[in-house]
Amino acid sequence: METFLQFLFSGLTVGAVYAIVALGFTIIYNASDVINFAQGEFVMLGGMCTVFFSLWGLPLPVAAVAAVIVTSLIGVALNKLAIEPARGANVVTLIIITIGASIFLRGLAQVVFDKQFHRLPSFSGDAPIDVLGATLTPQSLWVMGGAAVIVVVLWYFFTRTTFGKSILATSHNRLAARLVGINVELVLLTSFALSAAIGALAGILVTPITLTSFDAGTMLALKGFAAAILGGMGNPLGAVVGGLLVGIAEAMGAGYLSSEYKDAVAFVIILGVLFVLPSGLFGRRGTERV
Amino acid sequence: MPDDMLPDAVLPDAMLKVEGLTSHYGRIQALKGVDIEVAPGELVALVGGNGAGKTTLLRTLSGVQPASGGRVVFEGQDITQAKPHARVKRGIAQVPEGRQVWGPLSVEDNLRLGAVLRRDREIAQDLERVYAMFPILKERRRQAAGTLSGGQQQMLAMGRALLTKPRLLLLDEPSMGLAPILVEQILTSVADLKRQGVTIFLVEQNAFAALKIADRGYVLETGKVVLSDSGAALLANERVKEAYLGV
Ligand SMILES: Nc1ncnc2c1ncn2[C@@H]1O[C@H](COP(=O)(O)OP(=O)(O)OP(=O)(O)O)[C@@H](O)[C@H]1O
Ligand SMILES: [Mg+2]
Repeated sequence: METFLQFLFSGLTVGAVYAIVALGFTIIYNASDVINFAQGEFVMLGGMCTVFFSLWGLPLPVAAVAAVIVTSLIGVALNKLAIEPARGANVVTLIIITIGASIFLRGLAQVVFDKQFHRLPSFSGDAPIDVLGATLTPQSLWVMGGAAVIVVVLWYFFTRTTFGKSILATSHNRLAARLVGINVELVLLTSFALSAAIGALAGILVTPITLTSFDAGTMLALKGFAAAILGGMGNPLGAVVGGLLVGIAEAMGAGYLSSEYKDAVAFVIILGVLFVLPSGLFGRRGTERV
Repeated sequence: MPDDMLPDAVLPDAMLKVEGLTSHYGRIQALKGVDIEVAPGELVALVGGNGAGKTTLLRTLSGVQPASGGRVVFEGQDITQAKPHARVKRGIAQVPEGRQVWGPLSVEDNLRLGAVLRRDREIAQDLERVYAMFPILKERRRQAAGTLSGGQQQMLAMGRALLTKPRLLLLDEPSMGLAPILVEQILTSVADLKRQGVTIFLVEQNAFAALKIADRGYVLETGKVVLSDSGAALLANERVKEAYLGV
């Protein structure tokens, strides 16, 4: 029981990060139909910028806020410089563009920062907390709590504010959005900024546990993408559930089988689910539209 | 066609002036120099068959389809290159072909998003006015728009456009796919809107219904205006009768 709980905690912690990455995919996909494989780089940039900004003398909280802002601006630039000029290109071309962008950002991070692993200090120390015989670190709580706050804020934004609703409206029918005067360019820009910001936040929260380096984003993008697909691409609830499931599957795989197989376990489960439910757990079943 | 069949309805104070407007989809030219005028307070109908370019004209007027030539002048301002939201701000709203409601969003959210550019204090009042006009929308205001029937969705699309507080309302085939009784109801509300002072440009394949309530009408064929006259005169016109009224 304790070991199971232990694996569950570690699964939920990484799963929370995957969930945020998957939400990043979802936001951009809904607004623009683009599957942004540079999503993992946002997480990496959040961690790396915070590390280096604090090395360069900023206090940690200031460094973290600056990292989120810088990453958001990079997200906006990605949209402006790489996605917008290719408007109307087919899905595969756009995917290749975002993969190109992710390689570019990795290279840039390697040049501006370095190739080493870096860590941040835990936010509230490292004294483990005992929960039913298993231990939970304060930083894990930060990650899970932070992800939960991000989810609640996003939910509020998209369902309770006019601007959030206008982004949703744009994702459901862009023509209608333009006809009531919604500024679709602004919606796209915001989606990229928002995706980048939440990715960066996740990166900052998790760096004290997992460390970070210029290439930390690659696996995160893959796992986050898998989570989004598992949940049903475009569905925010699916992204969260998918992220947590991938995280738990991975932790159980690593714990009960071997950590060499942890990535494989997650992907095998996803393939299994998609075999039964091709559009994911919460995906459209083709009956939603009248 | 002889030129004398194209009486130039030059209105001294037209609200909307379309001059030599052309538009292309790639190499296909959908509008081949369209001239149209609409005076304030008028209800003008545009009729024409499948693929005549009616939707393309409205899309170009709203700025969601680029003009490749010609001009669109609204209340004295050249808006040919203006962005869609700038046109909505100026007072041009469109009820698009096929309703295009936001299916997963609630009826009320659909309506409220019509007012997304507005900063005035009359939004709630205008919402109530739309509910008074279409009471079924009020009854279903918390339902997802996608669960409404076709006629109700048409009402919703009209209500949403009205919440932009338009001075010129463009309607693209509001009667399409509706049962006769609903067609009647929708077109009656269009006529009501005109009486309330909204200027209306109504596109219809259902030429009879549209011309009956219109002050003036235009006939569009393969991207060109081929006839224009008063609504009543067009209804009596032999060519129109033969081509569009199935007489
Ligand atoms: N997206 C598009 N791409 C290419 N050609 C198009 C496109 N939309 C319309 N067309 C063409 O432009 C012409 C005008 O089409 P449009 O939709 O404006 O006609 P319409 O009068 O609205 O017809 P309908 O009564 O069927 O709605 C047609 O020949 C059509 O095939
Ligand atoms: Mg049409």
